[in-house]
Amino acid sequence: MDSVAQRLSAVGAGAALELRGVTRLFGALAALTDVTITVRPGERRAVLGSNGAGKTTLFNCITGDFPPSSGTIRFFGEDVTHFPPYERIRRGLRRTYQISALFPGLTVQDNVYLACRGVSRGRFSFLRPGQNDALMHAADSLVHAVHLAAVKDQRVAELAHGQQRQLEIALALAGAPRFVLFDEPAAGLSPTERAELVEILTSLPAHIGYIIIEHDMDVALRVVESVTMMHNGRIFKEGLPQEIQSDPEVQELYLGGGHE
Amino acid sequence: MSVTHDARVQIHKPASTGQRPAVRGWPDINNPAAWVVAVILLIMPLIANGFFLIEIFATTLILGTIALSLMFLAGYGGMVSLMQLTIAGFAAYMVAVFGVSGNANISLGWPWWLAVPMALALATIFGTLGGALAVRTEGIYTIMITLAIGAAFYYFTNQNWAIFNGHTGINTVATPHFWGVNWRSDIPFYYIVLAVAALCYFAVDYISRAPFGLALQGVRDNPRRMAALGFNVNAHRVAAYAVASFIAGLAGVLQVWNYRQISPGSVSVGACIDVLIIAVVGGITRPIGPYIGALVFVLLRTFALDFLVKIGLDGNRFRLLIGLGFLAIVFWSSDGVIGLWQRWCQGRRPTANRPAGGHGHG
Repeated sequence: MDSVAQRLSAVGAGAALELRGVTRLFGALAALTDVTITVRPGERRAVLGSNGAGKTTLFNCITGDFPPSSGTIRFFGEDVTHFPPYERIRRGLRRTYQISALFPGLTVQDNVYLACRGVSRGRFSFLRPGQNDALMHAADSLVHAVHLAAVKDQRVAELAHGQQRQLEIALALAGAPRFVLFDEPAAGLSPTERAELVEILTSLPAHIGYIIIEHDMDVALRVVESVTMMHNGRIFKEGLPQEIQSDPEVQELYLGGGHE
Repeated sequence: MSVTHDARVQIHKPASTGQRPAVRGWPDINNPAAWVVAVILLIMPLIANGFFLIEIFATTLILGTIALSLMFLAGYGGMVSLMQLTIAGFAAYMVAVFGVSGNANISLGWPWWLAVPMALALATIFGTLGGALAVRTEGIYTIMITLAIGAAFYYFTNQNWAIFNGHTGINTVATPHFWGVNWRSDIPFYYIVLAVAALCYFAVDYISRAPFGLALQGVRDNPRRMAALGFNVNAHRVAAYAVASFIAGLAGVLQVWNYRQISPGSVSVGACIDVLIIAVVGGITRPIGPYIGALVFVLLRTFALDFLVKIGLDGNRFRLLIGLGFLAIVFWSSDGVIGLWQRWCQGRRPTANRPAGGHGHG
């Protein structure tokens, strides 16, 4: 098997996600500087880094929430740099948000149903879904899979924090995802909920790759095969989880001192 | 166990599980109060004289339908549009311009069954274009743009004589006569207005649970997440303006038939704001709210004058009553009269019975 460094540097049409020289400026502040990353289909990777390292900005550039100031982004070989977010999502990209981005006025079922509808036809349909609506059943399955069946008719505003985080993940798994960006999915979860999260992540079908931003090393390093360290908006180091964990420079920067 | 795997297997075998009552019934079908209201509305010509039938109830239903178009945009889409009355007024002008009126030099003299579809189509296009401008902004800027469109239309109608006949407007607009019936005589006209209002009410309620309406509520709650779920948020917003414009246009056609004339005074900025007041006082969380707001507004407008004179005040101060009512509603019940009603009902019921579904029609 190739070394991870070789695999990561391999650039080709086979990549699920390929960023070249991506820079994002906010005024004079460079949140991302010349970021180049290649992720294979099905690869699971963690992005680590302290607050302000540019992790969430990286996600925002990949999904198009904030387009990059310069550089190119390819998704399964297609240049999506100038696509609006919804066009990227329809091609199989998904994301979750660090702070739950849900629809508090709608029920759990309707939230998941919208996620299913967003990546299929009939977004503008004026006809109510019938008893045998395929998307309604798909939504049901997703609601069950993230253990929210008992509260599916409740408004999201009434859910507990942990349940909202589970719903956040369900929304990102609707339809046929090919690559998912998880932004701190474990934030605010109890140890039991974290275990459930790890189970959900590890049981995703093998063809679905993801990048996960996670501060909890117990979660992050159990569900990924490679790690990217970011610092001050740049890629600082890439490697296997154990390489990164034992790297003295990384420990100095991130894990060092009072890491729990 | 695999999350997405499960989901996609279900797509291919949709009929396997039937645990969900996927289709909601018509609203209020189990609510006796709704049936009572429906029966009263249907037999109204037996119990009300011509004045009440037209000046109170038909006017309420027309104003309520205009406010319903605002409720659709604001309640489901989170977009407060102050141009809904302008769109209705535009449709009213188009009926007068394309149809038959006393101003023969302006009106083209088309029969009503050609003039009305034309007016509806043009009003929908007008509102959709205005919406396409407004969706480029959010919040207070949407209000400003739609208010600017309303104000511009008002001043334009005042000054344009070739089409809108300036400040005198267009008078003696013809109303439909067919099958030997004068459809503008009180009782037939009341039923036409009732039918159109009911149609709009049920259509809005139906759409609110259809994919388009759910997506619109998603856009209201979190537009950014909607984009991250594959929705073109602005296209959805513009489509919502198109639907709301069509509803407002229908009400505008009824309005010009009701008064048989249309003039700039009917599309003034004050009238635009009245629509907002009606919707907010009634409540913008449900389609019934605008009709309740319109009834309160029309009753106050009609009777507050006499009432104020009786207690020794200037009758022209009826707007003061409306203003005070508006203030009270905004302070104590952000979801309007229907919000008060709902809380009162819930207070009388054991809390366990509280409906779980968010904006369901309990």
